Amino acid sequence: MLEPDGNGGLTSQPISTNGSPKIGVYVCHCGLNIAGKVDVKAVVEFASTLPNVAVARDYKFMCSDPGQELIEKDLREGLINRVVVASCSPLMHEATFRRATAVGGQSPFYFQMASIREQVSWVVADGEDATDKAKALVAGAVRRVALHEYLEPRRADVHADVMIVGGGIAGIHAALTMAEAGKHVFLVERESTIGGHMAKFDKTFPTLDCAACILTPKMSQVRSHPNITLWTYSDVVGVEGYTGDFTVRVRHRPRYVKEELCTGCLECIEKCIHKQGKFADEWNEGLSKRKPIYIPFPQATPAVVDVDPEACIWFKTGKCPRTCIEACERDAFDFEQTETFDEVKVGAIVLATGFKAFDAARMPEYGYGLYPNVYTSLEIERLLNAAGPTGGEVVLRDGSHPKVVGIIHCVGSRDAKHNLWCSKVCCMYSLKLAHMVKERTGAEVYNFYIDMRTPGKGYEEFYDKILKEGVHMVRGRVAGVTDEAASPEEEGRLVIRAEDTLIGSVRRIPVDLVILAVGIEPQPDAQDVRRTFNISTGVEGFFTERHPKLAPVSTFTDGVFLAGACQGPKDIPETVAQAGAAAAEALAMVDRGFVMLEANTAFIDEAACSGCKTCVGLCPFSAIGFDEERQKAAVNEVVCKGCGVCVGACPSGAAQQHLFTDAQIFAEIEGVLAYV
Amino acid sequence: MGALTQTATDVRKTQTNGSRKKWRPVKDQSKFEAQLDPGFAAEIAAEVEGGELLHQCIQCGTCSAVCPLSAYMDLTPRRLIAMTRAGVRDDVLHSVTPWACTSCYACTVECPKRIPITDIMHALRRISMRETTYPRRFITPVMTRAFVDMITDRGRSTESWISLKLYLKTRPTELLKNIPVGSRLMRQGRLGLRRESIEGREDLRTMLEAMSR
Amino acid sequence: MTATRYTYYPGCSGKGVGRAYEESLLTVFEHLGAGLDELDDWNCCGATAWPSVDEDQANALAARNLALTEQRTPGAGPVDLVAACTGCYRALVRAEHVLGERGPAAQKIGGGLASIGLDYEGRARARHPLDILVNEIGLDAISAAVVRPLTGLKVASYYGCLLVRPFATFDDQWNPTSMDRLVAAIGAEPVDWPLKTRCCGGSCYCGGPVIGVMPEATMQLSYALLREATKRGAEMIVTICPLCQFNMEGFQDRMSKRFNHPLDVPVAFISQLVGIALGIDEKALGIKRLLRWRLPERDPIAAGVGSAAEGGGDARA
Repeated sequence: MLEPDGNGGLTSQPISTNGSPKIGVYVCHCGLNIAGKVDVKAVVEFASTLPNVAVARDYKFMCSDPGQELIEKDLREGLINRVVVASCSPLMHEATFRRATAVGGQSPFYFQMASIREQVSWVVADGEDATDKAKALVAGAVRRVALHEYLEPRRADVHADVMIVGGGIAGIHAALTMAEAGKHVFLVERESTIGGHMAKFDKTFPTLDCAACILTPKMSQVRSHPNITLWTYSDVVGVEGYTGDFTVRVRHRPRYVKEELCTGCLECIEKCIHKQGKFADEWNEGLSKRKPIYIPFPQATPAVVDVDPEACIWFKTGKCPRTCIEACERDAFDFEQTETFDEVKVGAIVLATGFKAFDAARMPEYGYGLYPNVYTSLEIERLLNAAGPTGGEVVLRDGSHPKVVGIIHCVGSRDAKHNLWCSKVCCMYSLKLAHMVKERTGAEVYNFYIDMRTPGKGYEEFYDKILKEGVHMVRGRVAGVTDEAASPEEEGRLVIRAEDTLIGSVRRIPVDLVILAVGIEPQPDAQDVRRTFNISTGVEGFFTERHPKLAPVSTFTDGVFLAGACQGPKDIPETVAQAGAAAAEALAMVDRGFVMLEANTAFIDEAACSGCKTCVGLCPFSAIGFDEERQKAAVNEVVCKGCGVCVGACPSGAAQQHLFTDAQIFAEIEGVLAYV
Repeated sequence: MGALTQTATDVRKTQTNGSRKKWRPVKDQSKFEAQLDPGFAAEIAAEVEGGELLHQCIQCGTCSAVCPLSAYMDLTPRRLIAMTRAGVRDDVLHSVTPWACTSCYACTVECPKRIPITDIMHALRRISMRETTYPRRFITPVMTRAFVDMITDRGRSTESWISLKLYLKTRPTELLKNIPVGSRLMRQGRLGLRRESIEGREDLRTMLEAMSR
Repeated sequence: MTATRYTYYPGCSGKGVGRAYEESLLTVFEHLGAGLDELDDWNCCGATAWPSVDEDQANALAARNLALTEQRTPGAGPVDLVAACTGCYRALVRAEHVLGERGPAAQKIGGGLASIGLDYEGRARARHPLDILVNEIGLDAISAAVVRPLTGLKVASYYGCLLVRPFATFDDQWNPTSMDRLVAAIGAEPVDWPLKTRCCGGSCYCGGPVIGVMPEATMQLSYALLREATKRGAEMIVTICPLCQFNMEGFQDRMSKRFNHPLDVPVAFISQLVGIALGIDEKALGIKRLLRWRLPERDPIAAGVGSAAEGGGDARA
């Protein structure tokens, strides 16, 4: 008898095999989805003629309560002991009907589904052909289920720890949520500090909150939280295992500074042999220079300096007085540091690896890299940021202030030559930049857009505010930025030519500064990452969610969740919401402590086993042992995940799989062919 | 494009030429559905390879922005596509825009939807030629006719004779104005009067005829 | 240095307004050991005018020339048809594409060709002389053959539209550099400017200021080119299209008046400039057919005769 176990799952008590098969066939109408094409009554009539079929019924919606009750009642009354439902697909309702079978008193695995919607009514054009095919599939299912055996649902334990890959706002929020729930979290971040892109912004839309002000408290919380192990300057190099039981190998790159000793006093940077910065500062988008020893920004977390071995004289020539070591009162330097590895076991993984901004150099018509005063939005964020290269001044390359600024929307987005999608955030951040640039410099600002996309809470009102401030809106996609002067006022300036589609005229607008609103793209190593974690990406390269509407944070790999822009372009509120959702779903797994697995484990028929050991080495989970004495292989059903590799490889057919034995498969085929 | 020799301060005056419009009573300018041709867009799309992409135009205006002649057209390329989609057949076929197009292909190359705009312009010209909706005394359609006739007859075009024909048909007075240019070209040996023709003239006509069946 | 001969397609302006282009091309190619032989009985390619009447017929007109080229050079390998005028070049490349797709249009054209006993196998390819000079003959070979390096001469290369749009077959669509590199290879100084591929308004369709549709428009467009090139220091403009050359060269007097900007810029064909550098006689290059021609007075010995590889870096390479 199967009983609820008080944890939301079902545990089965051992019962004897249920005797000769008495099969109940239930054909669903699915409203008109099936009944509109397939002659359901004919299928029921046909089913009742099949061997071992005791009961054949049809019903409008088998998945509904009354529908399921039909099955449960027949089982309880002993009319049947096997169930076939001809309806939608296993992905939709296999779980539903297995549960009904269990509630009716039999093992849930005495159930087989015939998919006559996805495989018949939705794809076969002619009604007669469809009915024929439905009958054939039902015949196959009936023959198969007669050979089903008693199996118990299996449980696997879920490891209590969780790993979050990526320390931007998504990773940070997910980590804090889970840590507050009492779970231990590993937060792995590739850069030397957490914070991601958000830490680079000056202000965020639509509230114009200072990004650092709202982010840094969370960053500090992460640093000091007892349940979070923060690994920065680290990346994941390998993942093995299975939902609930992942083994992750993490590499820690050397910073040449002992993290636990460094207090972030920055004396070493001051005392570095380089008097001034000489190397492009990546944090400031290359707009300023740093020394070989540096910290990305004042609130970097952890507050530990980094040494760049490509730039540091000691690493390049071995000849340096290393004044940095002298300056350090805590003796925190270790120039002999090498990369180290950690291997940890976790039950769930959340990927929050973020995005990459579109490289504006791919559109030479906009002059990025050609004309000095063409900037990307990220570069302007750094200029606007008080901790940035110009202390918050928006200036041209020669240090002067712009009088007229042009902001070009949709750079790299909505474009068949680059990225087809809309990057969602650029309209809003372009409006924000318009406001901030105007406020800081008093310049006239022109925004060139195709459509103004303001879908969030307070977003349209923000647009209204920007309009009120007198920012000029030109609805027309810019074809190019040029320094060709066609009139005296254009001399020495950059000219933007666009059709102002709303007034119906082509306009030439001379500007001093151009800002390119670059779009959002997947990270360049997204394909490598997805392979490491065994998930998929869509055509455009973002990680694929299980269902775009109803399962936006889980993936098709159980136990791996997604949060933030790595799943698709989105703004900060959505990212935080999604991170919370991913944390909740991961928590659900971890808190519950176990996952239910399919009963389809492999087993070895000893009589047929020749002792060739082919299966032993092939098993990806090392679940097959070998008895040297008896020269027979044996599967450890606790560890076996039912992947089927051994079954396929076994030359003598000794390796078989529950739920997919040869007999069952051939019976299904025979059933289909016998009718057809 | 468009070299203004005035500075911006003169612009306001030049836009209206300083004069006031004479108001005349106008009719209702709304476009009623009965006046529009809902099949026009499909008609154009069918004429052009990849033409169905015009349905996906997002009206971004890049074509107009990059077109070197757009500032001289009555309907910018973007607006022309919009009107084609809306089915304003009459206005589109009577527009000067397809004829002002120089076939430089800048729009086609820049369009974010890869709409073959230049080829659409050619298609509009074809229909305009068939239905004679092009502007009057406009050189290009006349030249096309003359050109086609000459090639069909001789297989090659002779620039001197084509030019002459054009001037006589459209702007006879301009002919006088351009005599210096013409005679200079002749002296430079760049305006031969000998009519070019090929031996395979019959073949060419056979082929063209076979194609039009 | 190749010793091949190419089949050559002049196009209708080759004997007309673009006569100097043809003359200089033939001479220069011959000099470099890659002779050009005119395709027998070639017909008009349809230019940009015929698509305004019938797209398929236009492609068939071009295709006849491709088929004749194949007929002239039997065999199995690809055969090149060098088309000088970019308008013709584009028309031929377009025909190749349509035929290559083997769709209904290709069938129709094939039928048309068959009706006159011709067949296009797919071997003939249209090539542009610039492509041959830079990529087949090669810049090194040309440099080595230079006897009069044009040291210090600032030259703006004007590519025009149809060379790179819609098909960019041998150079970058947005910023082509083959002509600039050729200019550098003959010792001159290529001038970088943003209007290398901006339309001059002179396509066969518009006919330019003389017989043009919109004289004002085309004059503005050509003037913009002259203005920008000279503003950036160009002493000469070179080009590869007969109509572009005509447009830019022929109306500078009118432009000077109209725009209050005295202009006197020599506009030549790149092949003419290359010919000068190779030491070929001016008469053979059709220099006299140009309205204005001027090489700055420079003492070739003082400037350093011999290696043409020095002098002028790449425009935007």
